[in-house]
Amino acid sequence: MKHLLGTQDMTREDATLILDTTAQMAATQDREIRKLPTLRGRTVVNLFFEDSTRTRISFEAAAKRLSADVINFSAKGSSLSKGESLKDTALTLQAMGADAVVIRHWASGAADRLAQSGWMHGAVLNAGDGTHQHPTQALLDAFTMRRHLVTEPDGRGLDGLTVAIVGDVLHSRVAGSNIALLKTLGANVVVVAPPTLIPFGMAAREDISVHYTLDSALEAHDFDAIMMLRVQRERMTGGGSGFFPSPEEYTRLFGLDRARMDRMPEHAIILHPGPMNRGLEISAEAADSPRSVIVEQVSNGVAVRMAALYLLLSGEEAPND
Amino acid sequence: MTETDAIVIENASLYGDTTADLVIVDGRIASLDRADAPAGARTIDASGLVALPGLVDIHVHLREPGREDAETIETGSRSAAKGGFVAVHAMANTTPTADTAGVVEQVASRGKEVGLVDVYPVGAVTVGLEGNQLSEMGAMANSRAQVRVFSDDGKCVHDPVLMRRALEYVKTFDGVIAQHAQDPRLTEGAQMHEGLVSTDLGLAGWPAVAEESIIARDVLLAEHVGSRLHVCHLSTAGSVEIIRWAKAKGIDVTAEVMPHHLLLTDENVRGYDPRFKVNPPLRTQADVDAVRAGLADGTIDIVATDHAPHPDEDKDCEWGAAAMGMIGLETAVGIVQKTMVDSGALSWRDVARVMSTTPASIGRDEGHGRPLEVGEPANITLIDPTATWTVEPSATASRSNNSPFGGIELPGRAVATFLRGRPTYTDVSFEGAFA
Amino acid sequence: MTGTILGAPDIGRALTRIAHEILERNEGPEHLVLLGIPTRGVPLAHRLAQRLAEVEPSFDAAARCGALDITMYRDDLRKQPTRSIGPTTLPKVGIDDATVVLVDDVLHTGRTIRAALDAIKDEGRPKAVQLAVLVDRGHRELPIRADYVGKNIPTSRSERVDVHLGETDDEDAVILSGGRS
Repeated sequence: MKHLLGTQDMTREDATLILDTTAQMAATQDREIRKLPTLRGRTVVNLFFEDSTRTRISFEAAAKRLSADVINFSAKGSSLSKGESLKDTALTLQAMGADAVVIRHWASGAADRLAQSGWMHGAVLNAGDGTHQHPTQALLDAFTMRRHLVTEPDGRGLDGLTVAIVGDVLHSRVAGSNIALLKTLGANVVVVAPPTLIPFGMAAREDISVHYTLDSALEAHDFDAIMMLRVQRERMTGGGSGFFPSPEEYTRLFGLDRARMDRMPEHAIILHPGPMNRGLEISAEAADSPRSVIVEQVSNGVAVRMAALYLLLSGEEAPND
Repeated sequence: MTETDAIVIENASLYGDTTADLVIVDGRIASLDRADAPAGARTIDASGLVALPGLVDIHVHLREPGREDAETIETGSRSAAKGGFVAVHAMANTTPTADTAGVVEQVASRGKEVGLVDVYPVGAVTVGLEGNQLSEMGAMANSRAQVRVFSDDGKCVHDPVLMRRALEYVKTFDGVIAQHAQDPRLTEGAQMHEGLVSTDLGLAGWPAVAEESIIARDVLLAEHVGSRLHVCHLSTAGSVEIIRWAKAKGIDVTAEVMPHHLLLTDENVRGYDPRFKVNPPLRTQADVDAVRAGLADGTIDIVATDHAPHPDEDKDCEWGAAAMGMIGLETAVGIVQKTMVDSGALSWRDVARVMSTTPASIGRDEGHGRPLEVGEPANITLIDPTATWTVEPSATASRSNNSPFGGIELPGRAVATFLRGRPTYTDVSFEGAFA
Repeated sequence: MTGTILGAPDIGRALTRIAHEILERNEGPEHLVLLGIPTRGVPLAHRLAQRLAEVEPSFDAAARCGALDITMYRDDLRKQPTRSIGPTTLPKVGIDDATVVLVDDVLHTGRTIRAALDAIKDEGRPKAVQLAVLVDRGHRELPIRADYVGKNIPTSRSERVDVHLGETDDEDAVILSGGRS
């Protein structure tokens, strides 16, 4: 692996390797001394064109626990108010000797572009690009599901599990990455959203089940895991461009509450990439129930990012043997 | 050299089907037999070359005034001549907008000064392309620039009332509205064709219906008010169907297709290389097949390039920040040959129709699109249909090099262009004749 | 001198001897913890623990034996293709104040042991650390020596020493190969 750009082209072998490595990284995080010397002397740059304190902190913790030097580079700018160009930023990072760049960007494809443009040589880790991909989120979700739902998880995928993804699939890079990775790892994917928030062509896909209400999905499937996506309140219902009529209607049709939670098999777990809108897509009861692994997702996020950094940065030079 | 210099083009294949000589005297075709050549005439051996009436591109962006960093009338003219064109229509989305007689006259006179192609300014339909108020089209039509084509290209004349008025108003001077068919609400933030690839890439979609719904409305408006309508850069299978239906009903509509829509698809966008970012976007293979069929059966009238130069900094960046558009003047002939001629869908005579005769007629370009006959203006394009070449974007005569065709092999290209008997571009192989 | 240097009986005898040496040196098994270095140090550690338990029934072999992966402590990570990380499993009793016996198959440059010492330091604070290896082939690059050695095998740098164990390779053998003579 040279870069981690998305899950769409990730092989099952690579995905499993990352998850297995994550398990070893996670084990080190229970110790008193959590720091490892592995990436000593290497420089990881967090390049954020879009605010995301959670993701940045997670990558920062991961890099620091592997003893890498971390530089946080917040490059503000949007499609409307262009700041410094990605190219100039990349050239700057190259000059500073960045071994890896963790990039969060508002533009879909920015990570791919950075990796392929030749503007810099280091490894590129996509920390979320537009509405495209967020691979480490999908990997940490898969890791969390595997740990809870698969016995002797090492080396295994998610074969035969049924996973629901509920909410704004259209704009969600989390959903995009998860769907691809879940399919690669052998899970059945059930997408639940109003038709306005289903991406073009997804309803016609034979390898994905699409439901337009959460109740019909619960009726048709026994979920092993349910993933609630964050609703962007303001964007979803603004003026004539609203994707659904009101937050109240969304909650009625797609919110995960006690009653719906009780309709899932006992072992089923609840995931949410955060931050949650309590009372909108998920009720407090569901979010705080013992089935919820939402807090664990956060700690697994650090481990998965450690694994990704390790795999991308530890064996860079030409092999000797 | 002056226009009186006589030139003899020997053994050219006129329209690809009739071998003859073209004797050019005083800017006109004086004879089709070299025996009639005046003494001292320069001679070109055109064996194996196809001679067509000089090509006319009804849709280019020359960027001057305002964005001379991307293109100037001079560099754009040079690129056009190199691509085999003798006349181009320069779109109105300049800075300032070509919405007054002053601006269009400036463009026209600069074109004349450069003298490599006839530059016909397109006038804006609405003031500042803002879609609120009709620009003074009458003044532009009656100016020295004699504008006949009006377009807000880059933006759609979206307001149906305004579009209706524009269609009606240009009847006064036999003008035409060239519509950039794009429903703005359906394409807010759009980055590429809405389809399976946009889903994979997470890029906001530009649905085919946003083009088709405007075209459908416009042909009905054109029918209602009895005006002529020209549809810019048609790109979808549905649009072809609508034009086919409109023509069957006798509606006075013409349509153009771009070379890139004949060759490339949304699959090219994978990889996020902004050279493939264009508006309307690259569509699916089914759409490519449909526009090729539409061009072959005459539903689509012409090929135009939508030559849209952008400086490096607007393309050497992430997709979302990149400008839309691609240059295309020098690759048009090769792509039309590759996609239409070599497959047998069009003859070279058809190419003359879709790239010269009909565009000249839509634009009311006097003296262009004329047959290769004695007495006609010597506007001639020589094409070498066997000159296989690989596109090298930086080799362009345009000031910008944002071609999506870099590295693609094309079967042929223009090798010489004559504007009223004067060579405006000649391939290096003719250096002997024009040293 | 290439070919099989040690066969299964030799390996068995060596481990038995090492087990006795460990007990003698530490005056019993009370504070002993065995940590095998993956891959082949782990089964060797288990075999040693088994032998300790045979001699001293009070020694709970399963509870006193673990694995210590040192991949993330290596100093040659960037000189090799990316290595997958092996499991680290510490005995329930932990290693604080224990006498840790590191177990590996071959002692060569000493760099693996250097990494293991760093890894141990992050896992806890043992009273003492000792080293047991099946084969010492020489060519040390660091000031490290083994406390218990199954067999010293003089080698040239270009030779290869491969330890095969039933648990990982279907047979017990130490094989010397290659080498430019």
